[in-house]
Order: sequence, then structure tokens, then C-alpha cells
Amino acid sequence: MALANQKQTATEARLAGLTLPKGGWSEPARQAALARLQAMGLPQRRDEYWKYTRPDTLIDTQAPAAAVFVTEESKMFDVFDRLNIVFVDGVYDADASDDLSLEAVHIERLANIAEMDIHWAKDIYGALENNAQKPVERPLAALNTAFAEDGVIIHVTGKPSKPICLSYIHNSVTSDAILHHVVRVDAGAELTLLETGPAAARFNKVIEIDIADGGTLHHIRAQGRDHERRAVTHIFARLGEKSVFKAFTVTVNGVLTRNECVIELIGDEAIAHVAGVCVGDGDFHHDDTVFITHDAQNCESRQVFKKVLRNGATGVFQGKILVKAGAQKTDGYQISQALLLDEDSQFLAKPELEIYADDVICSHGSTTGAIDEDALYYLRSRGVPKGAATDLLTLAFLAEAVEEIDDSVIAAAIVSRLESWLARR
Amino acid sequence: MLNINNLHVDLQEEDKQILKGVDLTVEAGTVHAIMGPNGSGKSTLSYVLSGKDGYEVTDGTATLDGLDLLDMEPEDRAAAGLFLAFQYPVEIPGVGNMTFLRTAVNAQRKARGEDEMSAADFLKLVRARAKDLKIDADMLKRPVNVGFSGGEKKRNEILQMAMLEPKMCILDETDSGLDVDAMKLVAQGVNALRAEGRSFLVITHYQRLLDHIKPDVVHIMADGKIIKTGGPDLALDVENNGYADILAEVA
Ligand SMILES: Nc1ncnc2c1ncn2[C@@H]1O[C@H](COP(=O)(O)OP(=O)(O)O)[C@@H](O)[C@H]1O
Ligand SMILES: [Mg+2]
Repeated sequence: MALANQKQTATEARLAGLTLPKGGWSEPARQAALARLQAMGLPQRRDEYWKYTRPDTLIDTQAPAAAVFVTEESKMFDVFDRLNIVFVDGVYDADASDDLSLEAVHIERLANIAEMDIHWAKDIYGALENNAQKPVERPLAALNTAFAEDGVIIHVTGKPSKPICLSYIHNSVTSDAILHHVVRVDAGAELTLLETGPAAARFNKVIEIDIADGGTLHHIRAQGRDHERRAVTHIFARLGEKSVFKAFTVTVNGVLTRNECVIELIGDEAIAHVAGVCVGDGDFHHDDTVFITHDAQNCESRQVFKKVLRNGATGVFQGKILVKAGAQKTDGYQISQALLLDEDSQFLAKPELEIYADDVICSHGSTTGAIDEDALYYLRSRGVPKGAATDLLTLAFLAEAVEEIDDSVIAAAIVSRLESWLARR
Repeated sequence: MLNINNLHVDLQEEDKQILKGVDLTVEAGTVHAIMGPNGSGKSTLSYVLSGKDGYEVTDGTATLDGLDLLDMEPEDRAAAGLFLAFQYPVEIPGVGNMTFLRTAVNAQRKARGEDEMSAADFLKLVRARAKDLKIDADMLKRPVNVGFSGGEKKRNEILQMAMLEPKMCILDETDSGLDVDAMKLVAQGVNALRAEGRSFLVITHYQRLLDHIKPDVVHIMADGKIIKTGGPDLALDVENNGYADILAEVA
């Protein structure tokens, strides 16, 4: 069957089970997204952009079952003072959530504002996603825009005293969740946004982020440790002059994760850092797909991704820096590295640079390696047992990415989570 | 303390024999020196004793207070009291020197069934020992050996030895690459550790280290064997006349 036919069949099958929410400012945005999706079709294995990651289970009509992972450990970020917003299998849980009120920030739910005649979110919802459909198609994000019934709509007007945390609980073995968040950061405003938890058996999530001049957003997420969960996520961010966006993701377990991050630097002197660590064991496939466009002068972007893989786990990195004509003095950096703890695991990397300005510094690198035998012997010769020595070297490998987190308390929490993963060998 | 008997060792990869029957006994509380031309197998001996991969023992034994070293994992040999100061200390990016030291100290204590050292006690001890070796706070914080000068690396080896308090210390060319002052520091560090129940095996090319660390016994190693054993005078003899006479004498 030709690729186009395959896509059409898959898309029709998937759409048959979904209902487009009606009414309000959001309906035209959803209709437009649906039209985009139908024109593109859902991704197939033969799509170049999905060469290393099978989209099958992400586009199936039903979410494959995923057992809920039971652990005594407290959830990531539970110890922090934060405004907590809880979704269970993608459904907002009012009882478990804090009041949506915090100074210097306005928080609403998509479900409550979608049917209004007019809302500021109209200018962002689906707009950043649409904008990111070129040059590479991202059909699962269009699907999200069309069908997401809920999400959090955040307007940051100042500097709230504590982070907002989105906690995603996975409760049903077959849940299929779609959430769409919008974050607007005003000029000079600053927020830390935390996300944690597996969300559902299958999770499709989009965040659209618009940061005005001089605004700052720190985004830190932990994707939950349910072994069988699947997730496809997209971050679409647009950065104004002198704005800062720093995103960090830690992924422990999960049978399939595709994290796409699309950032456009449109104001001079903007800074974007995206980093991530993932640790996977056995039936684990993790894909970081990043696309950063420099469309202004004196901007800086950094991508730092580290993966630890064992027992046949697979890691994927597709990272691109596009420097448009006129984006002079761009400073772009990209590194992706995998530590393979055995020969069954694999890392597939596709770093790309595309540069149309002449006065730029861009560098990228990608490495795949095993534990350094000399370092291991040195540690053991000092009495550190082989397992503990391997763990120490593994954490050392991840350290460069974890250092990307500005907040040392959050960084320490992430390191301890990684340590506990290592300990469960 | 250390008993090496007829030790024969091949390089695993190349099927090449390096040690061709080493016999050596180091009594408790003594300092032995091994000298010998480059390539005679001195480092190989120290690696085989501490448990590095890549060597095959084809014959002979090595025991530490009766324990069969060759049958033990490297970490167990360390916990049993064996320590090797490396000729080429390894750099470990991403692991802080302090974390490394503390992990090692506590791992050995745990292996011996002792309580872990408290963070405060550890800090106090490491500061005192580091000060003696002129190792500053910055060197303790930095990743293990990364960006250290040759001399700093060697002093860091002695710091580890001082913290771990092993009973059998092997020093592989700890003096090479050191200026006179640094060598004195290292020698002082070693001498401070000299004790009744502790032995040293000092591998060196030069008499000058032995001026500071006085050996009880000196061995000459050549082509994978100990070819001559004597008192401290033997080192002086090598210093003045080189190895040629000794090699000729044996041949
Ligand atoms: N990993 C190795 N690969 C190849 N040859 C080696 C290796 N290790 C040691 N050798 C050889 O073994 C011999 C002894 O080396 P070594 O123990 O380092 O001697 P020394 O420390 O006395 O200078 C030399 O001929 C050296 O080239
Ligand atoms: Mg040597």
C-alpha cells in the first residue's frame, strides 16, 4: 500500500473514535488543526522523521494496556512548596488539586475557557503548533490541538513565589489521555513549571509557550516510572527579546517516549536551553527530537542530552539547529551522548545544523560509549565494589546534563531519583 | 605479609609472557624496593597483585597474610588491606575527589563489617591529611585527577593511601615526574604511615626516593624475574653503575 493510503487509513481509523469539542473561540482552532491533520495524515514507520521510532502504538485506535507501577517512594516534587494541579488519567481532579490561585499568575482550565467567545489563549492555542508544522510535520500535535478537552492555561504577569506543578496520575490500565497547556509569560515575568507522573497508559501532551521580552520560564519534568506507559509530547516555545527558556526532562522507565521540542528564538539575545537525561532498561525506547530555530541576533541555544541504556534499551536523538539568514552572532551548542551498559542496547543519533548566517558559532557532537574500564578498575582498586563503582561512573556521565538545572534543590531530587533507579538493578 | 611465589603471568590479548617466575616475600613492617630497567614487568606485577583485567596467571601464587589474592575481586583485595599507588593515576570526570574518597573509605569499612565514618569525622580527617600533603580545598572538590598536574596526581595517590590506611602499600614510580620538593612531600607522607603492621613495596628507578624512604631490602627485576636481592647498598650500586653489571653477572 502506498504511504499516502496507509496514512489516510490510519488517520480515519483513529479519528473515528474521537469527538471534536464544539463551541467558543477554540472551535475554529480545532477545526483548522483537524484539517491540518487530515492533510498530513498520522505518522508511519516509513516517514523520515519517524525512522528510528515506531509510531504504531501512538496512533492505534486504542491505547495498549499499561500496568500501574506501584512504589512506596513519594512522587517527584512532592516535598517542594508548590501549587499542585492534579490530573488522573488525563482528567482534572479538583479535590486533589490546590486552588488555582497564586499571586502574579492567572491559572485557568482549558475545559472552562474553550467555549468562551473570546480569550487571550486564542492567539497561542494551536498557533505555535501550526507554526511548527514546517519544515517538518508533527501530526500528533495537530491531533492534540483538535481533540484536547482539558489542560492548564497559565498567564504569568509577575514573579510568583512558588512553582506550579502539574501532577499526572496513571490509574487505569487502558487510559488514553490528551492534554494541551498554554503558558504565556509577560515581559519581565518569571515562572518555574514542574511536571511529574506518567499520566496514562498512553499520553499525548502539548505545551505551547509564549515568552515575552525579558520573561523567564524554567520547565522541569519527570515523566513517571510506569514501565509500560507510552507518551508523545510536544513543547512549542516562542522566545522574545532577552527572554530565557530552560527545559529539563528526566525519564526513568516507560516503554515508549517521544519528546519533541520546537523552539523559535524571535527576539534578540534570547536564551534557550533544553536538556534531558533518560535511563532505560530492557523494553525501553526513548526519543528526543529537538528543533531550534534562530531567527534573531545574539541568541544562545544549548541542547544537552544524556542517555543510559541497558538490557537492550534504545535511545534516539534527532536534534537540529536552524540559523536563519540575519541571525548573526548565534551561539548554538548541541551534545547528545549515550552510555551503553551492555552490547544489546543501542543509541541512534541524527544531529543536524543548517546555517544561513555567516557570523555564528555552532557546534554539535554525539558519542556512544561504554563504562570506562580504567576508571572502573581504579575505583575498585580503592575498595568500591563493581556495582557501586559502575553507578558512580553512570551518575558522573549524567552529571553534565543535570548541571543544566539552575535550582540545586531540584537537581538534587533528580539525582536521588536516578540513584534509586540504579539501585534497582 | 605479602608472599609471591613463582608467579608467571601472560598478557591475555597477545599471548605474551611478562612475568616469568617472580619470588618475593615482604615481611610485616618492612620497606622493600624494586628497581629495574623499563619494561621488566614491575608495573605488571603491581597490576596483577591489585587485580587488573587483561592478565592471565599461568603459574604461581600470591597471598596477603595467607589470603589468596589472585582469587579475589579488586575491591576485596583493597578491603583486605592492599593498596596500589598508580604509576599513571586515572582521571574520572564527573566524580568529585571528596565523594570518591568518602565512597572508598566507607566501602572498605563496610566490607570489613565496620561502621561507616560520619561525614563530620571524614571531613576532619581528610582536611588534616590533605594539609600534610599540601593538597588544597580546590583539589578536593575537583573531579578525581582531572586537570591535575603530574605532581598533584601523585600526591592525590598518597592522600588516598593515607585515608584508606592499608597494610600493604605498593607504590609504582610515585617519584617519577616529581620535582624535589614534591618528592619530599610524598616521602614524608609515606614515612608518616610507616608502622609495625604496615609494609611497603616501592617501585622506583631512582636512588633519590630511597634517600627519603629508607628501604630494608632492595630487589632488582629484569625480564620478568627478580634477579638480585640485597640491602640498601644495592640501590646505590645501581645509581652509580646502572644495571649493566648486574645483568651481566646474572647472565
Ligand atoms: N597492556 C599491554 N599491552 C602490551 N604490552 C604490554 C602491556 N602491558 C605491559 N606490556 C609489556 O610488558 C612488559 C612489562 O611492562 P611493565 O610491567 O609496564 O614494565 P615496567 O613497569 O617494569 O616498566 C613490557 O614489555 C611492556 O611493553
Ligand atoms: Mg612501570
